[in-house]
Amino acid sequence: MPGLGTSFGRGGSTTFLQDLQNADCILIEGSNFAEAHPVGFRFVVKAKERGATIIHVDPRFTRTSALADHYVPIRSGTDIAFLGGIINWVLTNNRYFREYVVAYTNASSIVVDTFKGTEDLDGLFSGFHGGDTGLTAMSHYGGAAQGRDSIGGYDTETWQFEHDDGGAVKRDDTLQHPRCVFQILRRHFSRYTPEMVERVCGTPQNLFLLVCETLAKNSGRDRTTAFAYAVGWTQHTVGVQYIRTAAILQMLLGNVGRPGGGVMALRGHANIQGATDIATLYDLLPGYLPMPSIERNEQTLADYLKINTKRTGWWSNLPKYVISQLKAFYGDAATKENDYCFDYLPQLTGDHSTIPTTFAMKDGVVKGYFVIGQNPVTSGQNTGLIAASMDRLQWFVNIDSYENESSSFWKREGADPTKIGTECFFLPAATVLEKDGTMTNTNRLLQFHDKAVEPAGESKSDLWYLYELGKRLKKLYAGSTQPKDRPILDMTWDYEHENERERKRGEPSASRVMQEINGYVVATGEQLKDFTECRDDGSTACGGWIYSGVYPDKNTNRARSRKGDAWTALEWGFAWPSNRRMLYNRASADPDGKPWSERKKYVWWDEQAGEWTGVDVPDFAKTKAPNTPATAGASGMDAHSGADPFIMQLDGRAQMFVAGPLKDGPLPAHYEPLASVIHNQLYSQQHNPSLKEFRRRDNPYNGSVNAEYPYVLTTYRITELSGIFTRYIPWLAELQPEAFCEIDPELAVQKGIRNGEYVTLTTAVGEIEARALVSGRMKPLRIADGKRVHQIGLPYLYGNFGFTKGDTSGDLISLSMDPNVSIHEAKTFTCDIRAGRRDRRTGPLLQDSPVPADEQIPDGQPQTHGIDQLKTERT
Amino acid sequence: MSTGFFTDTTLCIGCKACEVACKQWNELPSDGFAFTGMSYDNTVHLSGTTWRHVAFVENVQMDPQGLSDHWSMMSDVCKHCTHAGCLEACPTGAIIRNEFDNVYIQPDVCNGCGYCVPSCPFGVVDMIGQVASNAAYNVATLNQERRERDETAVQGRGGVAGKCTLCYDRQRDGFIPACAKACPTESIQFGDVDELKARAHERAQTLKERGLDASLYGVGWDSSVGDLNAFFLLTDRPERYNLPPEPVLPSTRQPAGYGAAAAAALVMFACGLAIFGRSPS
Repeated sequence: MPGLGTSFGRGGSTTFLQDLQNADCILIEGSNFAEAHPVGFRFVVKAKERGATIIHVDPRFTRTSALADHYVPIRSGTDIAFLGGIINWVLTNNRYFREYVVAYTNASSIVVDTFKGTEDLDGLFSGFHGGDTGLTAMSHYGGAAQGRDSIGGYDTETWQFEHDDGGAVKRDDTLQHPRCVFQILRRHFSRYTPEMVERVCGTPQNLFLLVCETLAKNSGRDRTTAFAYAVGWTQHTVGVQYIRTAAILQMLLGNVGRPGGGVMALRGHANIQGATDIATLYDLLPGYLPMPSIERNEQTLADYLKINTKRTGWWSNLPKYVISQLKAFYGDAATKENDYCFDYLPQLTGDHSTIPTTFAMKDGVVKGYFVIGQNPVTSGQNTGLIAASMDRLQWFVNIDSYENESSSFWKREGADPTKIGTECFFLPAATVLEKDGTMTNTNRLLQFHDKAVEPAGESKSDLWYLYELGKRLKKLYAGSTQPKDRPILDMTWDYEHENERERKRGEPSASRVMQEINGYVVATGEQLKDFTECRDDGSTACGGWIYSGVYPDKNTNRARSRKGDAWTALEWGFAWPSNRRMLYNRASADPDGKPWSERKKYVWWDEQAGEWTGVDVPDFAKTKAPNTPATAGASGMDAHSGADPFIMQLDGRAQMFVAGPLKDGPLPAHYEPLASVIHNQLYSQQHNPSLKEFRRRDNPYNGSVNAEYPYVLTTYRITELSGIFTRYIPWLAELQPEAFCEIDPELAVQKGIRNGEYVTLTTAVGEIEARALVSGRMKPLRIADGKRVHQIGLPYLYGNFGFTKGDTSGDLISLSMDPNVSIHEAKTFTCDIRAGRRDRRTGPLLQDSPVPADEQIPDGQPQTHGIDQLKTERT
Repeated sequence: MSTGFFTDTTLCIGCKACEVACKQWNELPSDGFAFTGMSYDNTVHLSGTTWRHVAFVENVQMDPQGLSDHWSMMSDVCKHCTHAGCLEACPTGAIIRNEFDNVYIQPDVCNGCGYCVPSCPFGVVDMIGQVASNAAYNVATLNQERRERDETAVQGRGGVAGKCTLCYDRQRDGFIPACAKACPTESIQFGDVDELKARAHERAQTLKERGLDASLYGVGWDSSVGDLNAFFLLTDRPERYNLPPEPVLPSTRQPAGYGAAAAAALVMFACGLAIFGRSPS
């Protein structure tokens, strides 16, 4: 999400599925598109039928590869090297779209002279400090307890641009200045040669060059290439930088904001986009507003606004959205005098995402746990640790439609329920067909759905549970005069159903929740037409500004509209922001506002009408002419010219070089995964120095280049199964009836493994068993120094409940995190394999015993990996 | 009007949505939970309770260059033959050709003799075993009342022959069959057979121009089963998809069979004469 956000301005897919049919080439990498998104894949098939070239880069030959024109194998965890290689090829062969690059990206911006890159510092950027060093060996136990102070990372002062006296970024439109981004990019990627790509990724050079040529041939004025990725790019300790690499490449090729182009972020679940938009993430308020943080010293509203409001670009409007949101949260209690109740909001004291919280549970710091619509004991990593940490809770609430491995963690193999003191509550949830609500799909498209049938038995909607919980808390605290109870008492909490029958059942109204998210004028109660009506004086309330416009009046829910067509379908549902289907679509026209070509026409400037027009809602001020100059020294949108399409950014341009917010570098660099089979071929720095680790005995690491774990393992989902509910459906379960892993015939022969029989996979964390599926679709690769790499594929969605059963891959994977979004690294790690079944678990696992106090880290906070000492190790 | 399917294997992504949609609409139980190790195919073949089946044909080398790698998928189904062996063999008249020109088994007339099973040249028809327990059904389909009411679709009682009905009940209500409705890539197309054939010829031509070895299976061929109302576009030999290259209607073997039987009877008679016909002298 920050990969796209820092590059282009918004953390959402830049394009939409239906537009893929207009692509001349589609590069699918980090995604098994056909299997995980079969319905969306129809547009890839359509593109292919129209003559587009489909390329699939993946460790496995999958059903996506079967439909692609070219399948390109790659070693799991090396996509930055692969894409960086393409960037280098595009730059050295002058195949970039120069006009686009000069006008719409920050390639011409000049970086301060104190900046040093990976070429100067052998794999590091300037500004790295602290952190623990050099622990790439196998055992990471021990180490004194560390507070937040010792956590290292990058200072970003040297990753800034030079500014002129008016405050504008200095540029060199000839792209010749040695410190302009373009030249830095050239130097940075110069060692990512085709030979190096083959050494690192195992991809044969001829296939790699075929990809380069195909992408370049299908980009430019007349042609466009789209990229599609999914969690195969995100679940890595450098995941954000994977997406950054793709973003830079698409900028160089000039494919963003144009039909058939863009970066299609395929979301892993039906409503995962909605869950981040109206935010279930610990560090965000709805609409991507930052959660106040004590570390950034945002104790008052004034401090918060000062730190987070940008002087130029769309984020200059932040105060309007924050204050309107506080009005939506706290209603009449929020006044100018009391900072609109800003101090009711919790303040972040560190990383409180799920992984650190799990450690805090294990250490007895966190005592209660709500799990709603999730199943961490199978879909999490180091699941033995997760289950063990749940043993130590005082109470645990699970709201789900089916009994699952988390709701019944105390039934797991080897556990002794008589010794577990956790009080467990399992509440039955209505399924999607049994309740009203919206889903926001991968297109950023909101679609409302009505209840089709009554929930079975005593099941209730998730909304009912949360609404009821709020009502009961309010009742519990009613009459309290203590200031600390004011946030609960002042919270607006009125979502009574319009329908009397539903109201009697206690069911809240999903529509009224949506109306509040859309926003309204406080004085009149009228709905806001759009987020442009939000004010920073408390006269408007708006729960989530990006969704504003979905409910423009009390009788119009645009998420309900269903008028389709074959392309943009503007009357089908509502896409945020402002119903725009393709983001940054101003870039589909040249700086003068004319389409780059007739074939790739999308949004353009209509001279006569004096406005932007086209097949989509323009992502630009409607009447701002292309020749409007930027006003020197201005703030807000006036600082952008009429030719700056990336309106969320400070300078209105796509960012090849990101100054600031990312914690692992302004440019992407290839680092090996935390568990890897070779040394980094590009730098002495083996791993991302900023990645987060938990060095404890209940979370052991395989370590790099450990001969005990010689094989690469990657995890994924398959079409037939997704979560717990699919395992309970016999029609799905019979299609993939048991946990299996895919291995290549050569490895099978070496290890005496027969197709269809059991194998056992082991890592430092644990062992699991699965059936072997031996197939030439898994291809051993030859990497650096002739080393042969075998990769093993393992679907991760099995468990003990349902008709299809098996061990979960989460039992194998130790916990580590990407520094930006705290995602685990489940898409690539190492293991050993042997024929036969594992031993039954009869007693406690290593995760079950508490760790000594000196190994515990306060609040489960992670440690920074730090600088590797590979030079000495590498002789 | 004859209705049928055109299944274009070049568009199939192997998602098995057709298999699941078919089972859901027709309320068919699962066939059990056994891992086969045969590519991604764990239902293996059509059966009395699996009326759509996606075959996975791997033709993949370990070589990372893999330029000739193929993983073909095909959604197999009852062919609804012009001259249907099952229909000819049925002694009770349970198997009929309905108003849509589809071959249809009436479950309430079928007496479970099983003659149709070996009479199908494609091995499509099979007996539905006694359904062991309701556990094999989805919770949502445990609606006894509906199952009893809707007898055309429900074969859950077992003991009768079962195969694709071409969603007779849906067609009568103006809906297209569940599998075609669920297919995300239009690999399964439903409609008037003549129209589908025209479309298929055009499609095969386009693919040939792209250099693919595309052929239509079950259209305009010289076979005793006649053209198939559910036909396929293939890019490999039919055997690779487990389809008979030259299907033969069992009844065409009848003259030869009767002839052989008559000849055998004559020989037996002659032998009898030779042994017992001698005078006891």
